[in-house]
Amino acid sequence: MDKHLRVNPIECAGHGACAELLPEMISLDEWGYPLIDPRPVPPALERHARRAVSGCPVLALHLNRRS
Amino acid sequence: MPLRRSESTSPGIRPEGLPRLLPADTTVPDGLHEHLARHGFLRYRDGRLHLAAELRAAGLTGRGGAAFPVHRKIEAVADAGGQPFAVANGAESEPAASKDATLLWLAPHLVLDGLQLAAEAVGAQEACLYVHNTQGVRLESALQRALAERWSARIDRVPVRLAWAPPRFLAGQETAMVNLLNGGLALPTFTPPRVFERGVGGAPTLVQNVETLAHIALIARYGARWFRAIGTPAEPGSMLATVRHGDGTVRIVEAAVGTPLRSLLADDLAADAAVGRAQAILAGGYHGTWLAAPDAAGLTLDNAALKAAGASVGAGVLAALPASHCGLAETARVVRYLALESAGQCGPCLNGLPRIAAGLSTLAGLRPGPRVRRDIERWAGLVTGRGACTHPDGSMRFVRSALQVFAAELRHHERGACSASARQPFLPLPPGTPVSDEDWS
Repeated sequence: MDKHLRVNPIECAGHGACAELLPEMISLDEWGYPLIDPRPVPPALERHARRAVSGCPVLALHLNRRS
Repeated sequence: MPLRRSESTSPGIRPEGLPRLLPADTTVPDGLHEHLARHGFLRYRDGRLHLAAELRAAGLTGRGGAAFPVHRKIEAVADAGGQPFAVANGAESEPAASKDATLLWLAPHLVLDGLQLAAEAVGAQEACLYVHNTQGVRLESALQRALAERWSARIDRVPVRLAWAPPRFLAGQETAMVNLLNGGLALPTFTPPRVFERGVGGAPTLVQNVETLAHIALIARYGARWFRAIGTPAEPGSMLATVRHGDGTVRIVEAAVGTPLRSLLADDLAADAAVGRAQAILAGGYHGTWLAAPDAAGLTLDNAALKAAGASVGAGVLAALPASHCGLAETARVVRYLALESAGQCGPCLNGLPRIAAGLSTLAGLRPGPRVRRDIERWAGLVTGRGACTHPDGSMRFVRSALQVFAAELRHHERGACSASARQPFLPLPPGTPVSDEDWS
């Protein structure tokens, strides 16, 4: 099943770690908040995506199966 | 004192035509006896979900703004398991709207009937009426009296408590309301969980707008066929609208869904109108959409028609901006208010809205630089779809439609002129804008 990245915008404080750990799918806007590729995470990037999720200092990034 | 059976079971007079919700003959609120004389006794269904089929047949959708099918929400809450909770949402946050406050004032028992029926339909044992406290002591004591009257007449099966929303634009958002009722601040939260899964006290929670509940109370009495006798096949029934005319008068109108805007705003949209003719219509409220007057004149008050024009019924606001006022100045003023009303929880909204508001006030002035409009459009893109609640998306819908509808006026401003003659603001804003954290409780 497809997995998607989603950020909790209330928790996100714009640390930017996610964009460093997964530049293929996450960039930062002009205020430092993540812009996330809405497409499913390709299997080849899943390990990096998990690292970005666990690397968020406030645990605002999630990797979800879309229901 | 309980009502005697003979008093309470009179069938009521089935209202033909309009109005259905608001008493036509009076501006004095209906007490319980007047209410029962008008509509007859409350028709409980004696069981969970029994009302849902009738509501599905009626095709009733939520009147709070999102127009979600009512029976589906009821089914979702009833099926979520556990002991559900029911809330009547009367926190009408749109400063340009006052239809819910009017309904609560004139026909509180219709709303409270609907709340009982909705609570029964989901199997809730407790309910709450959530209302803005900006309307003063008068409404507060009237609602308390209505609840007390019902309790002593033993009409209510489920106890209802009153809860007061802080005077903030976002206090009516479902998740903010649940947060407040759970002892927190009236700030929106991230979903999931949705409130129908986990809401007040962690229970599956049914939230329905007060007008929606009043329709439920009538459908339970008169049936789906009666409800569908007016409106469009896709969007049956009637709706309350707050109609703000160009001359400054405000009317609360109950209209069949699908009524031509031309008949609701006759003087404002008339081709031969001399004074006060509208240049644009704001549909839906401050999370809504500006429509150029010639476009609006061909539309009807239903989501199918308005959607084709990029708008929606939203909170039931129709405001006719007269040609004497500057649409850019009006928009800038409202967006500044919306920026101050951001909960400030999500980065894009916190950063984007004040910049967009500042950009718009530059456009509202004379000879704005060429970059300002492009900046606003870029920021609008960065804000949209990136908040926990609907505030950024709704605010950007308003901004984008203004840039389109007032494009000619913007070219005037770029050349150093403004076509407006009036300097008094047209669209209403609440007096003062609170800014401290305590204002969210």
